[in-house]
Amino acid sequence: MQALTIISAVNDALITEMRRDPSIVTFGEDVGQEGGVFRATVNIQEEFGEQRCFDTPLAESAIVGTAIGMAVAGLKPVVEIQFSGFVYPAFNQIISHVARLRNRTRGALTLPMVIRMPFSGGIRAIEHHSESMEALFAHIPGLKVVIPSTPYDTKGLLIAAMRDPDPVLFMEPKRLYRAFKQEVPEEAYTIPIGKARIVEQGDDLTLISYGAQMKETIEAGHQLQSEGTSVELIDLRTIYPWDKETVLKSVKKTGRILVVHEGPRSFGVAAELISTITSEAFEYLEAPPTRLTGSDIIFPLPTAEKHFLLRTEHIVQVAHEVVRYEP
Amino acid sequence: MFEKFDPRKGKRFQLLNEDGILSAEARKYPMMTDDELLHAFKTMILAREADDWAVSLNRQGRMPTYPPVKGQEANSIGSIMALRQDDWFVQAFRELGGLLIRGVPLSQHYLYFLGNEWGSHYDIDRFHITPISVPIGSQMPHAVGLAYAERYKGNDRVTIAFIGDGGTSTGDFHEAMNFAGVWNSSLIFYVQNNQYAISVQRKKQTASPTIAEKAFAYGFEGVQIDGNDLFAVYAATKLAAEKARKNKGPTLIEGFTYRMGAHTTADDPSRYRDEEEVQQWAQKDPLLRIQKYLIKNKLIQSGEIETLRKEARKTARDAFEEAENYSDESLDNIYRYTFKDMPPILEEQLEKRRILEGEED
Repeated sequence: MQALTIISAVNDALITEMRRDPSIVTFGEDVGQEGGVFRATVNIQEEFGEQRCFDTPLAESAIVGTAIGMAVAGLKPVVEIQFSGFVYPAFNQIISHVARLRNRTRGALTLPMVIRMPFSGGIRAIEHHSESMEALFAHIPGLKVVIPSTPYDTKGLLIAAMRDPDPVLFMEPKRLYRAFKQEVPEEAYTIPIGKARIVEQGDDLTLISYGAQMKETIEAGHQLQSEGTSVELIDLRTIYPWDKETVLKSVKKTGRILVVHEGPRSFGVAAELISTITSEAFEYLEAPPTRLTGSDIIFPLPTAEKHFLLRTEHIVQVAHEVVRYEP
Repeated sequence: MFEKFDPRKGKRFQLLNEDGILSAEARKYPMMTDDELLHAFKTMILAREADDWAVSLNRQGRMPTYPPVKGQEANSIGSIMALRQDDWFVQAFRELGGLLIRGVPLSQHYLYFLGNEWGSHYDIDRFHITPISVPIGSQMPHAVGLAYAERYKGNDRVTIAFIGDGGTSTGDFHEAMNFAGVWNSSLIFYVQNNQYAISVQRKKQTASPTIAEKAFAYGFEGVQIDGNDLFAVYAATKLAAEKARKNKGPTLIEGFTYRMGAHTTADDPSRYRDEEEVQQWAQKDPLLRIQKYLIKNKLIQSGEIETLRKEARKTARDAFEEAENYSDESLDNIYRYTFKDMPPILEEQLEKRRILEGEED
């Protein structure tokens, strides 16, 4: 066992799996010599050489587009998009090719590849470095979208993503990159994509989040527990395909649900979860399924990001409304 | 390699002129054997007949929107002839002749345009081909990745990627050129400059006098060739492939050609070009030109050509019938291939759809 942060778990997962699988190559802007602006790929070029870990010209569409060609020819590319706010030039490649190729060729061509990118706010970053736009990707048919929130899950999910026969978008909560350490096994292990994690079991309220927002959500859950509310805390971990079974089972037990995420509200992840819950667990509900999310505004620059981000007390406040609701 | 034909000096590479006369220089360049030449010619006839048949079936309502290849056949036929079967062939969508050279069944090409995904289900290990790419230009970075992977694996396979003149305005074309230059990719960019992107003239795509010269800005050679000259297409591609196979970098080939038909069957070219222009280009028809050469050099008798055409027509009709009789795509299949293993939430959507369609068990 080793105590790792999320960012060192990314690095550890890459190195562990690249030692095992010579078809893996990793590349992007500043990924090679520098080891990535967040150091996710540090020491990889030294160990594996420039053929397997390298810098590319500054062009996201070609980073993803060349990865497509490599995957078709039998490599397993793991590309880094430096910040999720810069992925949009590659959107055409992702939506028109990455997500479609298996189906449009009826399985003749497949794309085992991973697109990694840091996302989310709260690090006082400059413009375009703070957004949480996971819903954009989750809406694309043919794409898996994974978001870890702990070092242990990061390593297991990233290795699972690299072993997945289909393309996986791996969004890393950069606010938590170095927030805490956790014991992580040195050997390779996988955590199944598509499975949520029940962080703590409870009976009165289901509290769901993922990624960076898990930190405040767990804190809020603990505060509610100290007040005597039994909270079931769930880390969704995979946005698509999301773990409906675990979520519905929990809601049927508690009857009350609050979904929390940092990304904008309209047409977001919480909307999908709550719509499904409303249709399929309607008779179990004791309060309106509720969401607490970012607003439909551009992510503010650092001086005002406090007005956008959700704090622990906000979650507690809304959770109180859900728990105390009486028809 | 193409120093004598620097596009920046207004040079265009041609070996066979419009009268079917081969230049005295031609023997200095790679040439097809007579058998290969006849094979290319027969394939060109088949591509032409297959194309005409698709267009006429569209008018009869049996074929949805179809993009004709007529007039451009020499480009993909000559270049794919110049490559090995295991070299990667990245299609745009007007490379029917090249597909036939690879051995792709014509019925499969028809099947795609009849609106069935199995038309893109190529036998990859046999044909080394990527499917038609509808979002213009977006296939170019894929080619760079294919070339990277083959070198990584220690193979000497090269990659050819097709695009049209309109596609050269896209970011992906330029990003791919730039990556290929930096990576010294074993790659041939083949631009079929057919003078129009739907209705927009070539001069409205770029202020550059040629497309070929753009390559020099990315650190490698570009050459403009007569794309209606099968000999020039073959020779240029062969030289570019030999260079690429020795890891001596990519080449941009601009095949100067003409789309004799419409962009697709949904297009009306009379709105943007004169009949006179079309007639002028008809004199440069790649098929007529090679036919003149073959007759002159007694590689074929003029009487045989009508027989070949009839055979090709029958092949096209049979292939279309085969494609048309292909079973309709099933409800299951449109879901089944989204991922290797269908996730529960997708299984459930399929189940619900089955119920709506009255297919539940």
